[in-house]
Amino acid sequence: MWLKFEQRPEPSRTMTYLSPLLAVGLMFLSGLILFLVLGKSPVEGFKVFFLNPIKDSYGIAELFLKATPLMLCAVGLSVGFKANVWNIGAEGQLLIGALMGGWLALRFETSTSPFLLPGMIVAGALGGMAWAAIPAFLRTRFNANEILTSLMLVYIAELVVSWLVHGPWKDPDGFNFPQTKLLSATATLPILLAGTRVNAALLIAIGALVAGWIFMNKSFMGYQMKVAGQAEHAGRYAGFSAKRSVWIGMLAGGAMAGIAGISEVSGPIGQITEHISPGYGFAAMIVAFVGRLTPIGIFFSSLLMALLYMGGEQAQQYLNLPSSISKVFQGMLLFFLLGSDVFINFRLRLVRRRK
Amino acid sequence: MGTAFISSILFATVVAGTPLIIVALGELVTEKAGVLNLGAEGTMSVGAVAAFAVAHSTGNPFLGILAGMGAGILMSLLFGISALTLMANQVASGLALSIFGVGLSAFIGKPYESVALASVTPISIPLLSQIPVLGPALFQQQGLVYFSWVLLVAVAWFLYRTKAGLVLRAVGESPVSAHSIGYGVVRIRYQAVLFGGAMAGIGGAFMSVFYTPMWVEGMVAGRGWIALSLVVFATWRPARVMIGAYLFGGCMIAQMFVQGSGARINIPAQFLSAIPYAATVLVLVLISRNRSTIRLNSPASLGQTFLPDA
Amino acid sequence: MPTDTSATPRLAIKGIRKVYPSVIANDGIDLTVMPGEIHAVLGENGAGKSTLMKVIYGVIRPDEGELLWEGKPVIIPNPAQARELGIGMVFQHFSLFETLSVVQNVALAIPGEFDLPALSKRIEEVSNRYGLPVDPRRLVHALSVGERQRVEIIRCLLQNPRLLILDEPTSVLTPQAVRKLFETLRQLASEGVSILYISHKLDEIQELCHTATVLRNGKVTGICTPAQETPKTMARMMIGEDLPVCHHGEPGNEGEVRLRIEALSQATDDPFGTHLRNINLEVRAGEIVGIAGVSGNGQQELLRAISGEEPLADHRAVQMCGVPVGHFNPGRRRALGMCFVPEERLGRGAVPRLSLTENILLTAYRKGMLFSGLIRWGVAKKFAEDCITRFDVKCGGAGSEAKSLSGGNLQKFIVGREIMQEPRLLVLAQPTWGVDVGASSFIRRTLLDLRNSGTAILVISEELEELFEICDRLVVIAKGTLSPSKVTSETGVEEIGIWMSGMWPDAEKPGGTSHVA
Repeated sequence: MWLKFEQRPEPSRTMTYLSPLLAVGLMFLSGLILFLVLGKSPVEGFKVFFLNPIKDSYGIAELFLKATPLMLCAVGLSVGFKANVWNIGAEGQLLIGALMGGWLALRFETSTSPFLLPGMIVAGALGGMAWAAIPAFLRTRFNANEILTSLMLVYIAELVVSWLVHGPWKDPDGFNFPQTKLLSATATLPILLAGTRVNAALLIAIGALVAGWIFMNKSFMGYQMKVAGQAEHAGRYAGFSAKRSVWIGMLAGGAMAGIAGISEVSGPIGQITEHISPGYGFAAMIVAFVGRLTPIGIFFSSLLMALLYMGGEQAQQYLNLPSSISKVFQGMLLFFLLGSDVFINFRLRLVRRRK
Repeated sequence: MGTAFISSILFATVVAGTPLIIVALGELVTEKAGVLNLGAEGTMSVGAVAAFAVAHSTGNPFLGILAGMGAGILMSLLFGISALTLMANQVASGLALSIFGVGLSAFIGKPYESVALASVTPISIPLLSQIPVLGPALFQQQGLVYFSWVLLVAVAWFLYRTKAGLVLRAVGESPVSAHSIGYGVVRIRYQAVLFGGAMAGIGGAFMSVFYTPMWVEGMVAGRGWIALSLVVFATWRPARVMIGAYLFGGCMIAQMFVQGSGARINIPAQFLSAIPYAATVLVLVLISRNRSTIRLNSPASLGQTFLPDA
Repeated sequence: MPTDTSATPRLAIKGIRKVYPSVIANDGIDLTVMPGEIHAVLGENGAGKSTLMKVIYGVIRPDEGELLWEGKPVIIPNPAQARELGIGMVFQHFSLFETLSVVQNVALAIPGEFDLPALSKRIEEVSNRYGLPVDPRRLVHALSVGERQRVEIIRCLLQNPRLLILDEPTSVLTPQAVRKLFETLRQLASEGVSILYISHKLDEIQELCHTATVLRNGKVTGICTPAQETPKTMARMMIGEDLPVCHHGEPGNEGEVRLRIEALSQATDDPFGTHLRNINLEVRAGEIVGIAGVSGNGQQELLRAISGEEPLADHRAVQMCGVPVGHFNPGRRRALGMCFVPEERLGRGAVPRLSLTENILLTAYRKGMLFSGLIRWGVAKKFAEDCITRFDVKCGGAGSEAKSLSGGNLQKFIVGREIMQEPRLLVLAQPTWGVDVGASSFIRRTLLDLRNSGTAILVISEELEELFEICDRLVVIAKGTLSPSKVTSETGVEEIGIWMSGMWPDAEKPGGTSHVA
């Protein structure tokens, strides 16, 4: 007698929504076990990691602040993932976007024009798009796998940032730290809620979610990309341009990541350093998957992911655990999601051996 | 540029290429069975930290290698459960493994970040190491370097001269046909995946115990990904893996080239560090553009989930 | 031919039952095969024949029932065990590995042994003995379909089977090659080998088989001696009623040329593909032209050149309604009035995981479903519902997923979707492959109606019976070239069968790799 997976005739609607919740539950459970193994009280660990960050309104505001770049990147990435375009280089596109927008800010550091900020956002988007255009071009023209190329570009982008903040863009009055000057007030995103750090980027993110929803569900181009992602031959049969799907998929991800990058720089960080992003580009992939590649799902899963980031910081402070514990939770969440998804298409059955 | 310099360049190239050979050969076997495991970076990282931790606490680098291998097997087991048993998308599962592995290694490795490990003396091969120029470069290396050469021969022999290797290639070509004939496709794929994980773990162990005997978060620095690209560059043929690995190895020590050559070029360190990554992109482009070659050499079922139908 | 009925049956199965979530594939099946008997398993697509064979070969475990091998009960847990008992199977869709050689492919099916040179010798011996010429060193992808089947058969014969199962073996052969296969099978039967012959082709079963068990909807509906039956009586056992008759009718008058292919030559970049050479063809309004041919002779490449999935350097090589379209993508060709029903339903003609409504958009979006880049889902849904009604598609509604439909119903849906776009030119590949008799008949009648209303129709098929039933004119494709055209009523299966080997009058002399059986 053993357990076997039996294919369902139709994918289960319920499980499609239940699966992410199951994955989150499993992650909580594993968290408790993890704390136990590390010699901490599981209840204490759970409280510090998951509940502490959101225990007051400032905490909740921080949650939204951290979720913003995740939301932006994830919605851009989901457009591509739906079309089977694997943009793994969002982290690099985020950095280049930050550089482009930041460059504008530093170039016009004395300006007081209201056009500076929008200009920076656009520059950020363009920077991200340009960096994403490279793997898109290499895939459509040379058939080079975009996973590997976009990833290599992440390492190169990190090196570019490193070079700039150690060299040409280093703040002369910065005590030789690898960072640029602080951005001027004109170049800083306005705060939405007094007393918090939540800024206008959140509005951009929500706008992106809405635009993403319209694109994927109502537009013909979104439909074409969905077809291309699910059945490549059907897309070709229909005459949909596979190349266009790749370009749109990569550029959407790049633009959003670029905006996320500049919004970090002209928001909470205030300057360009070597630590603009604690891996948002990669975390955003998890956000996209857990959010089922839908804008509403992404909204909630980016809040969850932000919580995981903040939990790590809390754990470092109060539990004496390295903050990289966040990454452990993030990875576990993705694994659990991939595992739980099996129940969408399969049922578990007890199979008896025939006599 | 004296012969001593050439010798040391060769030496450094071989060292830099060794983890790539080991990891890439492991991944090659996995891919030959039709499974695309993108988790090499995460597996290497966990292998590296496990090896370092064990080598440090036992004082025995060989135990470190074993620990690295074991960690690699465990990590790839996670991937196997996800992609083979639970039939999740292979690309997503591999990415999950990489993200999880890198994060896990950073977490586990925190206490070891400023710890030193004694370097291991290289093993000198008696007669061969006396050959001028080549001797010191090739035959006064760490044991794992020689292991990488043996591994190359072993993998090639296994794939092309044994029945088990033929079966593995058949599974990669058409799992449905192999299943119809009666081969346990999932079982064979698991074996290939675990082998790949073991190799990635050993590759990671080499990094942290022999290459630079220390642990730092992110020390694998993309070598897992480069190894994956190497498999494509080698068009899934073992011999080419070695050539490619040493080419990349050469890229990685570009800094040494520049400084040692005496030329007065003031290139920022970051530019030199970027060379391996840019080279990877270039190499991928060159190989991929010939769709026919890719079609003929890549395992036909690579990346496709196998669904046992009954 | 005579079998000693007092002897022990080689194989007896009793009460085999196999249930899947959506269908009962085998519902209490009994079957007996004697030594030296050629036993047909007859049934239309979806009757449960393949499932039953997989049970016998150990690929699937039955839910209930038992198997008796030479009188003794056995359990067959996997194909290796089946082979050890002495059961060999030649699959309908070959289980061969393209990038490996013949001898390597054979070695994979034989336990233990890995002495390739010795194996090659044995392969040559068997191939000579049974008239199945094949070169052990060649790579499978370079072999024609007929040659591949020989490899499959030799692979089985090398293990000295006592029972040989063949699943729809003649769907890939020319009529002449079918004759040769039958000789081989008769020789095996005379040596005492039992043969299970799965097919839905009544005339072949009459010619070859001693006994026939008829399956319908997973149950046995009759056991008969084919020599004493007529196709009509066997058909009635197979589908429960008389075979529907298709009235061909007269083709219309000379309509305008809707599709013209002029000197089309296209090299393929697929290492396993076929180059097209100097193809010339015309299809006029109000006629059905059929292209016959054994699989692997350029059909795929020709279809892609016509549909637009493969762009052509020469714009004039393909012309639709007088317009050169060689450089047009499928969308632009559809705008000129072309519609296309491809061979692969799931994955090409329809997206498996999308609903029927969403699948309508795949090709029919021009019918008022778009509005400045946005989709009017209401229009699409209505179109889908109309299609379902008009074409008798049995499904769970316009919202059900494409993959939840049976083969026949999905095919009706796709054909319906294309026809509802009122095409001026309709191209179909294998229109009734894997489709049950009822749906087949429906589709063929629909095509004839369409022809009568003035559409130009091109059908590419490997099923000669179907082509003879509906086509006004026939051509044959072989090795990437096209034969002269023949009016259907002026030719016959024998002649077309010969042409399918590439041997029509004034054909190019064969040279280079052959892709024809």
